Amino acid sequence: MTQPIITLRNVTKRYGTHTILKNINLTLESGKFYTLLGPSGCGKTTILRAIAGFMSVSEGDVLFAGQRINEVPANKRNVNTVFQDYALFPHLTVAENVAFGLTLKKVAKAEIAERVAKALKLVQLAGYGDRAISELSGGQQQRIAIARAIVMAPKVLLLDEPLSALDAKLRRQMQYELRDLQQRLGITFLFVTHDQEEALAMSDEIFVMNQGEVLQSGSPVDIYDEPINHFVADFIGESNILPAKMIEDFQVAFGGHQFECADAGIPDNEPVEVVIRPEDLTLTTLDQAKLTVTIDTQLFRGDYYEIAATDTLGNDWLIHSVNPAEDGETIGITFRPQDLHVMRFGEKEAEFDARLETYEELEDDGVDET
Amino acid sequence: MTKRRTWVYFIPYGLWLALFVIAPVALIIYQSFFDLGQHFTLTNYNTYFRSATYLKMTLNSVWYAFLITLFTGLISYPTAYFIHQLKHRQFWLLLVILPTWINILLKAYAFIGIFSQAGLANQFLTFIGIGPQQILFTNASFIFVATYIQIPFMILPIYNALDDLNPAFVNASKDLGASTWQTFRHVIFPLTLPGVKAGVQAVFIPSLSLFMLTRLIGGNKVITLGTAIEEHFLTTMNWGMGSTIGVVLIVAMIVVMLLTGDQKTKGGTPR
Repeated sequence: MTQPIITLRNVTKRYGTHTILKNINLTLESGKFYTLLGPSGCGKTTILRAIAGFMSVSEGDVLFAGQRINEVPANKRNVNTVFQDYALFPHLTVAENVAFGLTLKKVAKAEIAERVAKALKLVQLAGYGDRAISELSGGQQQRIAIARAIVMAPKVLLLDEPLSALDAKLRRQMQYELRDLQQRLGITFLFVTHDQEEALAMSDEIFVMNQGEVLQSGSPVDIYDEPINHFVADFIGESNILPAKMIEDFQVAFGGHQFECADAGIPDNEPVEVVIRPEDLTLTTLDQAKLTVTIDTQLFRGDYYEIAATDTLGNDWLIHSVNPAEDGETIGITFRPQDLHVMRFGEKEAEFDARLETYEELEDDGVDET
Repeated sequence: MTKRRTWVYFIPYGLWLALFVIAPVALIIYQSFFDLGQHFTLTNYNTYFRSATYLKMTLNSVWYAFLITLFTGLISYPTAYFIHQLKHRQFWLLLVILPTWINILLKAYAFIGIFSQAGLANQFLTFIGIGPQQILFTNASFIFVATYIQIPFMILPIYNALDDLNPAFVNASKDLGASTWQTFRHVIFPLTLPGVKAGVQAVFIPSLSLFMLTRLIGGNKVITLGTAIEEHFLTTMNWGMGSTIGVVLIVAMIVVMLLTGDQKTKGGTPR
């Protein structure tokens, strides 16, 4: 493993008696796209500010390439920030904004011009140098803010909800561009957002946060498929979460029936929760049904129907189906064992990972034997 | 219905504007074209622009107003900046505003007491062995007191400009490697310049026409345009000449407004 570029070690931040960050540990490797994801007020921006140097932490260490930088002021750190409201200087032109940091560094004029032109080209705004900031649209300001940061050639780029002010279409387009930019520049991006779609689309690794804690970290697929708890499952994507009981390894009971599942390592008869993603549920005939539900309503979402249904025990179900159903119809739903994901109450990430490892090895062994 | 209502709301302000702004200005302009014998003439302007005394007095006025504005600015910007960083800034700001609630005459008399031969200032100078000195009725004491009186009017707009400044700009500047001083020079000061300009407007014009202080503190050594107007209206009874100087003052006012007005900078209008 390469040297991590940013490490937070046991970082805690308090304002008076209020704790904003609780013992945060995270490691960012060079050249990857990371996302801090969580609802507003979860502390994600605070982490960004701690790394940028706008705020000091109460406890713990902030490391940059192995060096402790807690006391290094913001202007001496080799990280740059794209601010939520862009913070472009209104009294300077586009080119002067982008050149701001380089001018302070006393870089030669010719080199500044060259690097500014290159940065503007990179964000597809070549030739906009002489414009006033107020003449730019929101999306263009966004790009200039990115250009102003990347022209400094930082090791780490911090992005504080940079897309939140853009309309939906532009936001999707910028997601592609940011991802593309990160891969071309090969620098570390730390992106802060409350939008799970953005996080899933762009990240190499996501840190899901709530109330000052990192609840789970992992690749978008891992987090989506194997959320650690109710909060993560609910926050990331749509989900059906049901109270259940672990009968034994690979057997779980909910909705009045017992089903095969892909989870193990949980004590028998422990109360748990089960997550099933709406797109993993398939409508079927009653004789092939694992569960029987009655359709309440359905919404046409363009590429699928979003169906709300109730099962015989009164549990609500959300189903994504390519084909429509009929309101009031009683219909069967089915799913595969691997579509079920069992979550224990109060399980921490380390325990969760350790448990996953034990039975995933077991599964692999099983495959080998056959 | 709605249109008529809106019109009704305008009446108090309209009356005020007509009676106390438009009418007096019109009267002054009208008066400036009449000599002592009530004949319509351009003599007053002729006299004004040909007389070395009047021109020198105008220059003098502008020079002193400039000095007062300069000193006020030099003191007010750092003060406003400092107060803005404080925890109980509203309280400190109140202390700055407080002296403006006291009548200017009272303050002037207070300074006469402080600066007189037996006053506090001279007691102190005597105590450290270099006094007593002539403080009252000097140009320096005039500038000192005028600056003291004008400071709150400069601090307020600058403070408001600092308050309006988005703190993200400061963070962005530091993020891009600027030191505290560089951030101030390249970001904070240019972006709070409108506040400074507003302060200059609020200080420079009234300083041009200060007349009470020139007499009470300056001992009439400095004759400003304000003093001249007062003399013409109350002593020599030459209303025409007084009005002419008034017109000159109004023109100077417009010039200063234009100079310090919100010019569209190349980077667009500041927020």
